[in-house]
Amino acid sequence: MVLVLFVICAVASAAVAYVSQITAEPIEQAKQQKVVAALKAVLPEFDNAPVAASVEGFEGAYYEAKLGDQTVGYAFESTSPNGFNGNVKLMVGFTADGTIVNIEVLEQAETPGLGTNMTVVDNPLLLSFKGKQAAEMNMTVKKDGGDVDALTAATISSRAYADAVARAYAAFKSVTTGVVEAYTSATQLKAQAEEGGAACGNCTKEEAKECGEGPHGKCHGNCKHQ
Amino acid sequence: MEMFAIIIGAIFVNNVVLSQFLGICPFLGVSNKVDTSLGMGAAVTFVMAISSLVVYLLQYYVLVPLHMEYMQTIVFILVIAALVQMVEIILKKISPSLYQALGIFLPLITTNCAVLGVALLLVQKEFNLLESVVYAVSTAIGFALALVIFAGLRERLELADTPKAVKGVPIALITAGILAMAFMGFSGLV
Amino acid sequence: MGKNLSTFTSGLVKNNPTFVLVLGMCPTLATTSSAANGMGMGAATMFVLILSNIVISLIKNLIPDKVRIPAYIVVIASFVTVVQLLMQAYLPDLYNTLGVFIPLIVVNCIILGRAEAFASKNGVWASALDGAGIGLGFTLSLTLIGMVREILGNGQIFGMDLWQGGGALIFVLAPGAFIVLGYLMILFRKLTAKTK
Repeated sequence: MVLVLFVICAVASAAVAYVSQITAEPIEQAKQQKVVAALKAVLPEFDNAPVAASVEGFEGAYYEAKLGDQTVGYAFESTSPNGFNGNVKLMVGFTADGTIVNIEVLEQAETPGLGTNMTVVDNPLLLSFKGKQAAEMNMTVKKDGGDVDALTAATISSRAYADAVARAYAAFKSVTTGVVEAYTSATQLKAQAEEGGAACGNCTKEEAKECGEGPHGKCHGNCKHQ
Repeated sequence: MEMFAIIIGAIFVNNVVLSQFLGICPFLGVSNKVDTSLGMGAAVTFVMAISSLVVYLLQYYVLVPLHMEYMQTIVFILVIAALVQMVEIILKKISPSLYQALGIFLPLITTNCAVLGVALLLVQKEFNLLESVVYAVSTAIGFALALVIFAGLRERLELADTPKAVKGVPIALITAGILAMAFMGFSGLV
Repeated sequence: MGKNLSTFTSGLVKNNPTFVLVLGMCPTLATTSSAANGMGMGAATMFVLILSNIVISLIKNLIPDKVRIPAYIVVIASFVTVVQLLMQAYLPDLYNTLGVFIPLIVVNCIILGRAEAFASKNGVWASALDGAGIGLGFTLSLTLIGMVREILGNGQIFGMDLWQGGGALIFVLAPGAFIVLGYLMILFRKLTAKTK
């Protein structure tokens, strides 16, 4: 009795092991293909095979794209934990000079019909980033004083999206300048700013203090005086 | 804080039955009376807590070191089936009164996909040991909650005058749909 | 042949796993947010059902009665793992959408139910046909539910726009699953009651 069961288990696991062996490579390829497809969508034309690399201060992987010997852009797998229903994971592509080429949503679990519109082709959220010079942007939604058009009725999802892009840009700066750019999320900054006396969307602590003191602060445009 | 998010998330926001569709069979099958649903809920909580612990240890101390992750489904279902049997036997010996209360529900649990579902999900979500157990218990509480609420509704529904084609499962499904709508109100809570 | 044919067709209407036997409700509700997803889930289940029916009817005389259920579970779980690996390799997008419900085919009552009720008592050929019939009934039901939900919820069918502007999203979400299945079941009962 036990023997029969044992034989069945042995045969079954051998069969499964065999299938797992022959599918191991296609599975790896399918995963790879997904990354490559996302990279192709968010980067300018490139001809190398970008490999995942990591940079200090950034959780996700990043990819360097080259055409010939020249670096044409970088793509970042950036995750924001602040979504309406968990993580929002994006692939954000920059040219070498920091212009946002395109953004692909890799993972999200937002409210269907509202937050999920972030995956729609040419949605307002994507368009507020696409083709823009990241350095000249304030990456918070308009409601918080930034330059980003939020999705209708999905401010939290839009904030998470903007947050993920901002994280990617911080990592972009770390990669291109070689100086680690510590990223602090808008909420953290807000908490810091509150300690410093002012509530501010996305300034550094010093800037927040400054803008708390008067209308001509360096970070004025981004602040919400409370 | 993280724990709190897991607990609230598993009980209300992502309720196993009403938003993840796990454990529908017992949900429709044994939710005729509030008493039986309470018993079922308790039995599921008991089994889920133990199985999540065992599954976690198996996954990270046996399957991963041996590079046999692909055997996951087979191993988990066998372990859960064996575990349910074992719990039944031990319970009979140690606490006959508890066995009296939970006994009849135990054999049904093996085919409750919520138990295997939670086992697979906690590996997928990469929880640590404590998180896994907390997640499993909260999920089971969510299951019991949905079951008890639904049983209360169905007790009344029995008395209602419904057309013949609608009686039984169809009206239960439509009621469950309305209940699921109510649970959607919890979304965004964490 | 006539008997074989009736074995095959009984799974479609008389013993329809979804609308009559009310089995395998979890995947039925969870994976029917679109017609294509429902069909994918149905096909995966059918694959496992046919193969496990065949294997179980082949080895039914070798298994001692006492350990038959665990033996069936091992057979079913192996086929499920095979499907899981194949889908991961060749249909990664569908695999990601169906997620945890692929391994959960193991605990789909339909499969163990058919193994116990049919394959353990009948020959290979009949068991294969029974698996195909029930599997097809399941696939068609899932596709139908998915289609209704997709049309009402998104105004689409198999991903193609039927009209502009979408639909009532609630049908794609969890409550819609319960409600659509409930109403379809009522409809099915009315129709089959008439043909009797």
